[in-house]
Amino acid sequence: MNNNLQFSGRNLYDLDTYSVEEINTIFETAKIMKEINKRDYKKIPTLRGKTIATLFFEESTRTRISFELAAKRLSADVVSFSAIGSSVKKGEGLQDTVYTLNAMGIDLYVVRHSCPGAPQLVHKYSQKPVLNAGDGRHAHPTQALLDMFSIWEKKGTLKGLKVTIVGDILHSRVLRSNLTGMRKMGAKATVCGPRTLMPPKIEEVYGAKSEYDLYNAVKGADVIMALRMQLERQEEGLFPGLGEYSRKYGLSKEVLKYAKEDVLIMHPGPMNRGVEILPEVADSPHSIIIEQVTNGVAIRMALLFLILGGRTN
Amino acid sequence: MILLKNGLVYLSSKKKIEKLDILIDGKIIKKIASNISNKSAKIYDCKGKHIFPGFVDLHCHLRDPGYTYKEDIVSGAESAAKGGFTSICCMPNTNPTIDNISTLNYVIRKARDVGKTKIFVIGAMSKGREGKEIADIGSMVNGGIVGISDDGNCIQNAKLMLNVMRYSSNYEIPIISHSEDYSLSKGGQVNYGYMSTKLGLPGIPTLAEEIMVSRDIMLAALTGTHIHIAHASTKRTVELIRQAKKDKINVTAEATPHHLILTEMACENFDTNTKMNPPLRADADRQALFQGLLDDTIDIIATDHAPHSDYEKELEFMNSPFGVIGFESAFPALYTNFIRTKKMGLEKLIEKMTSQPAEIIDKDIGKISEGKSADLTIVDLEKSYIFTEKEILSRAKNSPFLGKKFWARIEMTICDGKFTWKA
Repeated sequence: MNNNLQFSGRNLYDLDTYSVEEINTIFETAKIMKEINKRDYKKIPTLRGKTIATLFFEESTRTRISFELAAKRLSADVVSFSAIGSSVKKGEGLQDTVYTLNAMGIDLYVVRHSCPGAPQLVHKYSQKPVLNAGDGRHAHPTQALLDMFSIWEKKGTLKGLKVTIVGDILHSRVLRSNLTGMRKMGAKATVCGPRTLMPPKIEEVYGAKSEYDLYNAVKGADVIMALRMQLERQEEGLFPGLGEYSRKYGLSKEVLKYAKEDVLIMHPGPMNRGVEILPEVADSPHSIIIEQVTNGVAIRMALLFLILGGRTN
Repeated sequence: MILLKNGLVYLSSKKKIEKLDILIDGKIIKKIASNISNKSAKIYDCKGKHIFPGFVDLHCHLRDPGYTYKEDIVSGAESAAKGGFTSICCMPNTNPTIDNISTLNYVIRKARDVGKTKIFVIGAMSKGREGKEIADIGSMVNGGIVGISDDGNCIQNAKLMLNVMRYSSNYEIPIISHSEDYSLSKGGQVNYGYMSTKLGLPGIPTLAEEIMVSRDIMLAALTGTHIHIAHASTKRTVELIRQAKKDKINVTAEATPHHLILTEMACENFDTNTKMNPPLRADADRQALFQGLLDDTIDIIATDHAPHSDYEKELEFMNSPFGVIGFESAFPALYTNFIRTKKMGLEKLIEKMTSQPAEIIDKDIGKISEGKSADLTIVDLEKSYIFTEKEILSRAKNSPFLGKKFWARIEMTICDGKFTWKA
């Protein structure tokens, strides 16, 4: 905890600008926060007097609750701005919203937006630290950190682990941030999905392997992560339907046989049970899906704490 | 009378640079020779400076009428003059669209009143550029258009495109094709490839351009109509054009400075000044485009000057409009990247910015010779500077070259014997 300084005032757009040491410090800090969350009295005073704004230009109940709980448990004040269905029109929303909130004295912004790069704009207009809570298909670094933290807790390290990520690779920001982080932390990532849902040059960009057959993809895997499959993709002509998708890429008990015996099963939520993951797997002892949610609050507490320069004593 | 002394003059007839004097009388170049003396002329010492024919741009957007908050004919002409251009062709994607004689007349009259630059007009191919019905092409030809295009839009229906080409083959004007298959490019923001994957932005595949370039070449082969491919951006496009030329199909093509110099990597920080359509491509595409320029598969340089206001370019990348300005950076950027580094000869670049575009629109401009109109650009190739927002004369500042060091300063521009720019 002696290197708080290097985090102070930083932005988190994605994990590419954070070093291995820094990510490890985030994990160590999250471990302490997780302990605090288990207490009867789940609150510490470290961010008292700080104000955090969550700016959600795209709906996400879970991520928002996770961030708000994290902020409140550190005793920060939280204001929530939700642009969905409000007066925000394309073109004038972001800049004026940020100017307005900034004028009221916000110390840190949490931003969810459907446009990649929007968190950078929030920083440009506010000059305050910004945590990216998901920008389009681009990045979702706090999700990747909580995913990696969950693996790190169970396995002690990420180095050398085979992590297989299955699903809609093309549209997933969770995937992109995970690949950036995993490469950094020394895990070997394999991505798997129908060819129509795979982006180009994935190996060049992320150093990850591509597989199109699920059984090959999970062979010897230490971790399997399923991504949410969205029905809209069917309408876009990218795959025939959820039934065929589930048969080819759904995680079943049968599939797990090809992975390591102690394989961890993960999912960023919300799950489509019976589509990308069968209940027999989601609820199996391999699954750490619920714990990922618990860890989400701890990771976000750690980040807020480190970036807003909180002190432990 | 104006007398330019001791300039290094590019003579199109000889494709050579010679140290000469130029005497201008009214709008016309009266004499080109060494050691001209004339007592009544105002003398400008051009020692060490190059004198090129005024640059000709076949592809720009002046936003007038309809979008004058971005640019208008006045600011566009001033920006062009500062970039050394004396003739520019503006695209019809205005509001209302230049698809009829009265809108055309508005542009032509206003351009004449401004007078800073010769402005030629490209008319629309289809009414409202909607790709449904043929525009009043015949009337607009009588009114003075030099080409037709739905630029920014691409006629998706092959039958309509065929009809446009058949219909206009009566007139000696090129059809300028913005080649893009919408079913492949829809929603796209950057090149489909490394950057679309890294930034999580929907991609525009090279295929979207290439499929339409192939179609248009085939239609040109059938109809014999002159097709000019706008802003070629991919390796396969260059190959298709090269083959079409071998097959004696009536096709010409242009490339923009930004596609020749930059790659998709420039988009890495979500800089909206790197967002244009077609998008910046992979380096292999850029190299192929440059090779095409060297072997004359690519006939000309065009700027695709596309001004947008600050507040439009300050939006999220996905909500920001496509396009970058180009007049004031075109020559310095190309000179700095290709001529100064000896990758290409200066003469070739000048041809592709002067006489060759003039030839495509069949106009008697783009050459320095006695008796022709005095359209000249005087450049100091040894002067370097940083290209910044401050000095841009265009109403818009959306350039991907901001902050870059350029060589070659445009010292003076003369159009029809009048100074339109002086540094």
